[in-house]
Amino acid sequence: MTTIENHTDPGQAWGVAGTGLESVAEWVSSTDHKRIGRMYIGAATLAFLGTVVVAILLGIERISPDLDFMNVNSLTQLFSIERFGFTYLVLAPGVLGVALAIVPLQVGSRSLALPRLAAAGFWGWLIGAGLAVFSLLNNGGPGGGNARFVDLFTLSTALVMAGLLAGVVSLATTILTTRAPGMNMKRVPFFTWSVLVSSLGMLIALPVVIGDLLYVFIGHRYTGTVPNALAGNRKLAEFAGFGFSQPTTLLFVIPVLGLLAEVVATASGKRLQPRGGIFAGIALMLVAVFAAVVQWPVTIRSPFQDLSGSAKFNDVVPFILVHGLPLLGCFLAFALTGQALAKSRKITAPVLFAVLAAFLVLSSFVDSALLHIGDAGLAGTTFEEGTWLAVVFAGVLAVMGAYTYWSPKWTGKALAPKAVLPLALLGFVGAELASLSLMIAGFADQPGAVFGSVVKNTDEAITKFDYSGPMGLWNGLNTVGIGLVALTVLVFVALALRSLRSKPVGDDPWNGHTLEWATTSPAPATNFADIHIVKSAEPLLDLKPSNRSDA
Amino acid sequence: MHALPSAAAPAPRRQVFVGTALACAAGAALLGGMLAMWLRFRDDAIHSDAGRWVPKGVAIPGVASNVMLLAFIPICVFAQWAVYSAKRNDRPHTGLALALTGVLGIMFINAQAYIYHSMKLSASGGLYETMFYTVTGVMVALVIVGVAFSAITAFRYLGGRDTDREVVSAHALYWYFLSVAYALLWFVVYVTK
Repeated sequence: MTTIENHTDPGQAWGVAGTGLESVAEWVSSTDHKRIGRMYIGAATLAFLGTVVVAILLGIERISPDLDFMNVNSLTQLFSIERFGFTYLVLAPGVLGVALAIVPLQVGSRSLALPRLAAAGFWGWLIGAGLAVFSLLNNGGPGGGNARFVDLFTLSTALVMAGLLAGVVSLATTILTTRAPGMNMKRVPFFTWSVLVSSLGMLIALPVVIGDLLYVFIGHRYTGTVPNALAGNRKLAEFAGFGFSQPTTLLFVIPVLGLLAEVVATASGKRLQPRGGIFAGIALMLVAVFAAVVQWPVTIRSPFQDLSGSAKFNDVVPFILVHGLPLLGCFLAFALTGQALAKSRKITAPVLFAVLAAFLVLSSFVDSALLHIGDAGLAGTTFEEGTWLAVVFAGVLAVMGAYTYWSPKWTGKALAPKAVLPLALLGFVGAELASLSLMIAGFADQPGAVFGSVVKNTDEAITKFDYSGPMGLWNGLNTVGIGLVALTVLVFVALALRSLRSKPVGDDPWNGHTLEWATTSPAPATNFADIHIVKSAEPLLDLKPSNRSDA
Repeated sequence: MHALPSAAAPAPRRQVFVGTALACAAGAALLGGMLAMWLRFRDDAIHSDAGRWVPKGVAIPGVASNVMLLAFIPICVFAQWAVYSAKRNDRPHTGLALALTGVLGIMFINAQAYIYHSMKLSASGGLYETMFYTVTGVMVALVIVGVAFSAITAFRYLGGRDTDREVVSAHALYWYFLSVAYALLWFVVYVTK
């Protein structure tokens, strides 16, 4: 049942292989996981560049209430494009793309399990993404005025999620069934473990969102004269909004912690301990999926002091479970990895990207918990948007870090480390400016939006952002921050393209510990010439005389 | 390149089976989430002024829905029979069992169509109608996938791919999942009303 392709010219970078139509056909019909993964990353990059323009326009609109260079309808659609685009066209596919491109190599497999499913998933996702954007541009989507395009958006969003799910099933199956001999679950690389945890989370959360989308689609498509709670063009935000907000979106960035552990271990040149602690921390983050399962973000109601004893208990216990445990897990994984990093003090470009991205993830878990404490009064404000932006940009930084680290396995070339290092800092500064400014404005009650509706009242379109604080300052900083992240990505893409013309690097330029560094750079279509036996979690480290296996 | 010890390619593990199990988990989340929404709105409706969830004058054909549930007993038996026969390289019986599974799946779809016809609900009639058509429609879609799974498995097996026992097992797993899913749906939608 496993498909293993034999490309005539395997491993070439970004469509360089073959010529013209042949090359395109080879990529389009490919079931090579490295190609599918890179197609996801490439498409997510294009989607980022498109969505970031929208985000900047919205930022400018919010700087001053007097500007009003967009009418209410376009504002609604633009907010929807931003939320949908950053979440399901950038964040989720970007992280999934990296995982698809590297996980089979990490587990020592010659191919992805169910590769046709993954390929079909990519094309389903791409078609769904195109239809969703098309419908949003035609006054469809949540709050849209064109009923047909509202319906089209709802269905195409479901298709986007189904496409991602296909990739997730393929990935999880790969990790569970195609590991190299000797690689039990305790010995899988950190990144692979985090991908498995994230995959299981998505596997449970996304179908729930799809179910709600289907309800909303039928409710809207067959609107009658009888009042129907599911009918109406803003019901998407009310019933499926949890799929576009925290803590659901935090499931997509769980692999950031795995990436951090992976690159820190490589940079330190030692076995990262305690593995069990880091594994447990990453696994605890999965508890966040509970909020998606119950279709409710799990909040502590306000005013808390007026609640009865049992009501307090009923609010606090689920809150601790859903927000506290994932936060604890994230902190555990971050702290244990950070301890190793503090000892080695070796900062490479991938390490810097991963540390900063992981910090954003950790802070997002904290912010997400804070958001759902009723007495904090942050619900319905831009605080939620700020937290969401931090999650998205954490994913963006992590994808850049992952590309810097693993590009030798995909292209045979490496990015110039000195040129990439400052980009991590620039991206981080941009991400913090973009997210923190909205969070601060949220404390001053600037209204926020999910899918073009005011969060507090999903039947109300967002038309203005007036609040008592310094609007120009915070919204201006937000716009500048988004611009800095966009600049970071643009320069990174330029460096990545330039690297394709550089000299090939060796098979193991980072002195890696895991199996992907045991094959050639770039990896051939079948990944490995031989199947390797694994005797520890760091098989390549075992080869050094001073590092015999202790696993 | 690093000189790691090499081994012969390991026997392929059950990729299709594990993939199907994961897909079933996703399907369970899909239907579970939809039924949870159903129960939530049902609860709201019962505690509203109207005091009822099923619209006045709507009669649910109990016989058809019960027969659909009962149909899953032979479906599971036939699906497991296919596994049993495939393990013994008994191609005719494997084909027969797969065909019977598929035919019963089609019967399920037919019974659902009968329910739609006899209930005479309009999709635009209100919240109950919207949710009824959506949740039962998703169930029908999952059964259609199951019928297609039966057909593909049968064609592959009868076409000579005798090594596809794993696919036959995965096929059985999928129908077991559908049985449990429909049992839940039957209880929530057709019994509790």
